[in-house]
Amino acid sequence: MSTVAQRGQRAAAVAALHADSVDRDGRFPLEAVTALKAERLLGLQIPSQFGGEGAGLREIADLCSTLGQACSSAAMVFAMHHIKVASLVAHGLDSAWHCHLMERIAREQLLVASSTTEAGIGGDLRTSFCAVETTGSVFALGKDASVISYGTQADLILATARRHPEAAGSDQVLVALFADQISLERKTVWDTLGMRGTCSDGFRLEARDIAVEQILPKPFAEIAAQSMLASSHLLWSSVWFGIANSAVDRARTFVQAEARRQPGQVPPTALRLAEVSNTLQAMRAAIVSALRRYEDAQGDADTIGSIGFSVMLNNLKTTASEMAVDIVQRALSIVGLAGYKNGTPFSLGRPLRDILSAPLMIGNDRILANTAKLLLVQKGGGQLMSA
Amino acid sequence: MVTSQDIRQILATNEALAPVAEQIGDDDSLFDRGLDSFGSVQLMLTLEERFGIEFPDEFLTRKSFASIAAIRETVATVLRPKAA
Repeated sequence: MSTVAQRGQRAAAVAALHADSVDRDGRFPLEAVTALKAERLLGLQIPSQFGGEGAGLREIADLCSTLGQACSSAAMVFAMHHIKVASLVAHGLDSAWHCHLMERIAREQLLVASSTTEAGIGGDLRTSFCAVETTGSVFALGKDASVISYGTQADLILATARRHPEAAGSDQVLVALFADQISLERKTVWDTLGMRGTCSDGFRLEARDIAVEQILPKPFAEIAAQSMLASSHLLWSSVWFGIANSAVDRARTFVQAEARRQPGQVPPTALRLAEVSNTLQAMRAAIVSALRRYEDAQGDADTIGSIGFSVMLNNLKTTASEMAVDIVQRALSIVGLAGYKNGTPFSLGRPLRDILSAPLMIGNDRILANTAKLLLVQKGGGQLMSA
Repeated sequence: MVTSQDIRQILATNEALAPVAEQIGDDDSLFDRGLDSFGSVQLMLTLEERFGIEFPDEFLTRKSFASIAAIRETVATVLRPKAA
């Protein structure tokens, strides 16, 4: 029996083989996701009574980092899938329909996508225009979903919408829609600088005659505050760490090769390597301490929903995303032209283009503005070991 | 003495809750009625200003501001040492 880490390594090896073609063609990392399914890594978080392995976010984060070293797009797809699964696990246990859904995810290794972004609203997770329209025991939903990452490849989409047509924009629910229950008309194509394999196209989503049981009973406000914010920032940061880590690995290999060519001397690039390994360690510490705090909270809604916790998670996102860009750029400056060129053992073009998405995925300015508001009431004076 | 009506008046000045403030029962979840994290920060600030208090960090949780009854309790707890 393999460990989770070994299963992740095998899937990452497949992802690495195809990473360049995924990037070049802007295509879905099908081979990597097929390997993730074969290794049964899509149902890891599902509780064991539903056929999963009850893994915590720390294990998922480790896998995100492993995959991030191989193929950023595959890693981000895996992260996004598990962010949605984390919401189901945290908020779906009261609903028989969603418990059955979790069984199916574990058994059939269903890939779950997210539809929160909507035309005219952008990335504001907590506002929807579209609304669930219920008639008797079924509902219909039409959404101008300006981004659904891997929308056409997913087996299931969790979409936000207003609770009913008269509800306020922030009075949202999360509905589960199977691929065969919806129509997706592609409106925009994800042709980007990096992260090209997430296939985050824009669609018109239409769903009809869907059983109301497929609406998660918990208000989306709570789902966002108690599981999505944390799992998004923790897992995204872990993917970025993987990308940064592999860039530093290439820089290290390069410096060591230089050192071997000139025995008795420390190459000038070694100093730059020392600097970047320092930053990488600080990035790792930021992520690991945030993951520990999340685990220590053990799902306690009060702790996770507190102002201090939100500030901590926001800070993790802005810090990790900026550090990751900095690290990859510094690795490139160590490696020089061999990194700038494609097709060398030191190529850093793809990771650099990929990592530039990090400060933009929920723009850091938007997050800082959010933190700024929270800081209006937060009080200071935390202890070194407890805050 | 903080009354539910005092709290309800403050909720009526909150962007997210203004339209429904008068219909909110003492134990209704404000988050279910549309209060989000920004709205709750605004609410905390308004309460601090109105009652001349500062909520310590351990009070800055969703539970402390989850309902009119919870807010009444939270404000009363913070006011208590002052009155004593």
